[in-house]
Amino acid sequence: MKEKLTGRILKANEFWVFVVIIVLALIIQMRSGQFFTVNNIVDLANAMVVPGLFGVAAHLVLVSGGIDVSFPALASLAVYATTRILVDNGFDGPVIVPFIIAMIFGAALGAFNGLFTSWMTVPTLIITLGTANVFSGFMQGALNSVQIPNIPTSMKEFGASSLFVATNPVSGLKSAMPVSFLILVAVVIVAYIITKYTMFGRGIFAIGGDESAAERAGFKVKRTKFWLYVIVGVIAALAGMVRTTSMGQMHPTNLLGMEMMVIAAVVLGGTAITGGTGSLTGVMLGTLLIVIVQNSMILTGIPTFWQGFALGLLIIVGTGVSAMQVARSKSRQLTPA
Amino acid sequence: MSTQTQTTQKRFALPRVFLRDPYMTRLVIVLILLLVFFAVVRTGPFFALRTWQSMAVQFPEFGLMSLGVMFTMFTAGIDLSVVAIANVTSICTALVLRNILSGDASAGQMALATVCALVIAVTVGTVCGALNGFLVSKLKVPPILATLGTLELFGGVAIILTKGKPVSGLPAAYGSVFAAKLGGVVPMPLVVFIICAIIAGLIVSMTSFGTKILMLGTNETAARFSGMQITSLLMRTYILSGIMAAIAGLVMLANYNSAKADYGESYTLLTVLIVVLGGVNPNGGRGRLSGVVLAIIMLQVLSSGLNMFSGISNFFRPLIWGGVLLFVITTNELSGRHPLASLVNRRKRQ
Repeated sequence: MKEKLTGRILKANEFWVFVVIIVLALIIQMRSGQFFTVNNIVDLANAMVVPGLFGVAAHLVLVSGGIDVSFPALASLAVYATTRILVDNGFDGPVIVPFIIAMIFGAALGAFNGLFTSWMTVPTLIITLGTANVFSGFMQGALNSVQIPNIPTSMKEFGASSLFVATNPVSGLKSAMPVSFLILVAVVIVAYIITKYTMFGRGIFAIGGDESAAERAGFKVKRTKFWLYVIVGVIAALAGMVRTTSMGQMHPTNLLGMEMMVIAAVVLGGTAITGGTGSLTGVMLGTLLIVIVQNSMILTGIPTFWQGFALGLLIIVGTGVSAMQVARSKSRQLTPA
Repeated sequence: MSTQTQTTQKRFALPRVFLRDPYMTRLVIVLILLLVFFAVVRTGPFFALRTWQSMAVQFPEFGLMSLGVMFTMFTAGIDLSVVAIANVTSICTALVLRNILSGDASAGQMALATVCALVIAVTVGTVCGALNGFLVSKLKVPPILATLGTLELFGGVAIILTKGKPVSGLPAAYGSVFAAKLGGVVPMPLVVFIICAIIAGLIVSMTSFGTKILMLGTNETAARFSGMQITSLLMRTYILSGIMAAIAGLVMLANYNSAKADYGESYTLLTVLIVVLGGVNPNGGRGRLSGVVLAIIMLQVLSSGLNMFSGISNFFRPLIWGGVLLFVITTNELSGRHPLASLVNRRKRQ
């Protein structure tokens, strides 16, 4: 029994990502001596919030066998529309209002995605490429989006508020743990409960495993897919709102282009791109890995223009390793593959 | 073909040529309608030679990339890294030429520049494509992810080579070949595109490679059991895509007269849109070159036509392209005529 457990741990993607993170952390610690400082850890946690939220959304879609590249555009549009409306009306109320409005917009845009993906047989990559452009084009063309420097005070205050402040004893640098980290925790917990304990969550996994089998097993495939994309829209809008509050201004194109990085993080964490498998632990570990790579370049003195290269290499190595694992386990099951 | 197709054919009673391929017919009709629309609404600029020349300069950039993506989509794959390959190529070419050539453009230098550029393009395209092919065929990484990774990787290499700054100061010899106008009328990019399109056409229709990749896209398991060398086929497909993208890089270099790591970023979506619009099945196995070429021309006409309206800002372009893409896939789906309908979930059964 004990052997079986260790064998399972050694096979789990999460374990290897964890090992890589530890090794990376030790290397960075050796080169800079600053990785295991309190404020660096808090900085990493802070940097994880937005990619982590997006990661949960991307994970849910990938598990269902789809792939979504529209969530940054969706989030930008939802949050831009929210901020614009509130600023134009001189809004001065509690921060919950902008969050709720953004989430409603997110749900509506997610439903737009959901309509297409649940009724079409075209690969979702192509559909969401289309909707991503519609969203960003609508924001930049029709709404004529510009940077909004003065967001409502409550939003600004929310972004600036912190749970605690960590100070580096040596350099005296201070890092604040933002309140929005709690949102990430809450979303992960809710997503965990949904995927683990609800019929809807099991449906997502079933569809990702084999759509026609799920259909025959009695899952309402189309309905599940539709609501899945609505949920993803809500989570994405939430992430966009968090980013806007933490920046203290609305920057319409700030989020665009994040999709590749987020999907990479999720896949590194062991969510299969073909659907059906993956865990939220993996998602968080994958996101952490990517965030470490991005944030620690400065610590180790590597010029930041190596970032794209490092990220690409990470995606290729990570997906290559997991693809080889899948291929090996398949060839063990089926003799004449 | 389904029975539904036949009934539609009877109802419309079109000439026989059009009956064979209703999808192509639709593309031709839409293109003609677009041309007529712009000819009527914007008569002056529409009939100016300059409009047509600038179109012929612009579309080869993404047109060449689309040809590459088309080949990968034939095999049920996709190549998202084409833009990055094009940028790496144009940066390499610019750096090399800047080092070996001086300012003036003599005939010898022009020949040298051309040969150099082509050699670099083929080399870079082959190397990048081979990496994609290796990931997809040997390591079995899903093409979307593999090329997403290499998009970042090649883009990263391009930034490292240039430190993020544009490479300018290109020797005149390069421009006098690749930015020239043949006979003072036909722009060189168009010539390059036509040559590549003809080569692509020959590959699709005349070689066994063309047939085999379509069969591979239809059913990989069947292809494997019928003794095809899947690895080598996929390898060659992605190398071909890489070379097409690299040549697109040469065209971009000539058009902008400089190279940068993030030129043409919006082309990633555009190439996919074009290929799908051209009637290629994203699930592999079906599609034709003529549809893709028509789609390329159609989008260029649409894009140039919009330029003639000063009230429509550039920011509307993604909205229109995304809208067109959604519209096309929706109509394909609803008409039920598209090959996609019968292929639900095929990916799972490999």
